[in-house]
Amino acid sequence: MTDPRLLLLSPQDNILVAREPIPAGETILVEDSHVTLAARLDRGHKIARDAIGIGEKIFKYGAPIGSATQPIAAGESVHIHNIKSDYTATHVIAKPATEANL
Amino acid sequence: MSTAMRGYPRADGRKGIRNVVAVAYLVECAHHVSREIVASARDGDVHLIGFPGCYPNAYAQQMMEKLCTHPNIGAVLLLSLGCESFNKFSLADIVEKSGRPVHTLTIQNDGGSLKTIKAGQAWVQEQLAVLRDAPTVPMAVEELIIGTVCGGSDGTSGLTGNPAVGRAFDTLVSAGATCVFEETGELIGCEEIMASRAITPELGNELRASVAKAAAYYATLGYGSFAPGNADGGLSTIEEKSMGAYAKSGSSPISGIVKPGTVPPRGGLYLMDVVPDGEVRYGFPNISDTAEIVELIASGSHMTLFVTGRGSVVGSAIAPVIKVCANPDTYRRMEDDMDVDAGRILEGAASLDEVGAEIFELIQSVAAGAQTKSEALGHREFILTYKSFEPAGPACLPS
Repeated sequence: MTDPRLLLLSPQDNILVAREPIPAGETILVEDSHVTLAARLDRGHKIARDAIGIGEKIFKYGAPIGSATQPIAAGESVHIHNIKSDYTATHVIAKPATEANL
Repeated sequence: MSTAMRGYPRADGRKGIRNVVAVAYLVECAHHVSREIVASARDGDVHLIGFPGCYPNAYAQQMMEKLCTHPNIGAVLLLSLGCESFNKFSLADIVEKSGRPVHTLTIQNDGGSLKTIKAGQAWVQEQLAVLRDAPTVPMAVEELIIGTVCGGSDGTSGLTGNPAVGRAFDTLVSAGATCVFEETGELIGCEEIMASRAITPELGNELRASVAKAAAYYATLGYGSFAPGNADGGLSTIEEKSMGAYAKSGSSPISGIVKPGTVPPRGGLYLMDVVPDGEVRYGFPNISDTAEIVELIASGSHMTLFVTGRGSVVGSAIAPVIKVCANPDTYRRMEDDMDVDAGRILEGAASLDEVGAEIFELIQSVAAGAQTKSEALGHREFILTYKSFEPAGPACLPS
């Protein structure tokens, strides 16, 4: 079983997408395992469905969307800190703490 | 709601869903004078468009020709400084041959800023008086050309808004309409599945090649078509953004590839290849979402479906923009800017098919004259910059 707030978009996927925000510290079910979220999971953000090794492809919609740059445990957030594009690097800007994070 | 659509008949057989007076500057030096003319006619459908460059560019010349003869355009005022490279004579000739009133003011010959502004304002008022009584004729769904873009995307765009537009596109294509999706830089990683939908194997190869061209172009420039806000919204890579963007195309067969300014020859689903040909020059292929909307309009789009997750607010000159909001939080925050609340899908309050049907209905009522949110707010964004294209190969438009 998996928490109904998490969407599995394709059976081949190794990530799940949050359909609504889930607060930090909450313990949720991911593929029958209990996982406590280290940080808030925002709407539309991803967590690992299974353990993912360095260099392994990330699958969403059944298609590869990049590769892991470090080992990712099941239930851990999957984003720009631990995956990278296989085409062009992702560009972000550092935000001041005062800028709202919606 | 089923409103009878009526269009403004044009000499080339196409029909417009609006009857706009375009005021077009042909170099940045004529921008202010043009803006003053448009500002005096806020109550009418008078839209500012133009090209800022002083050096000649075949793409910009063709774009202006296509935009000034778009079915939504009823009359055109051209503003020249007088010494720029843009070929105003050829443009005026093409507009005149399209059966539209056209007038050129040259600031250096017409007495400078103030006198040109006054002359332009008077001409625009004359045209508005004539256009007010312009006849309309019945218009069918199959006569519509509908474009789609996404901008300010986030992790919800590919779950709700983009696939809902894909459903609306499927309905439109099966009704015989023409649909155009674009931005090959945001289809990176989708080339194989897209090629499998081509109506001929040769077109499939062209689809693959268009994405490979985009990937190489962006790699040279050092940035993908990916903004920091995309990452804030949960998207991690260009491939992830692409897979979401690709869903806008729906599931119809792909009938061809067009370049900006080429009007698709018949109904069906088309990819617009917006990435320039040849060596990398003039910078990023599309410096903002508006550049893509303008290119869709140049290829005949009567209106554009714009999917946003983070919350874009843009509209467009010439053709209405329908804003489909993918994220329910953004919709609540920015409801005044959004036409469709596709985020309901995430909350279990609507299905993809229901929102797709809502978009299809809305397209028909906007074509029948209903204003979109961005139109009512006065959004008339426009941008046109330098690019260069080679003609598309014969495999791009199979007969």
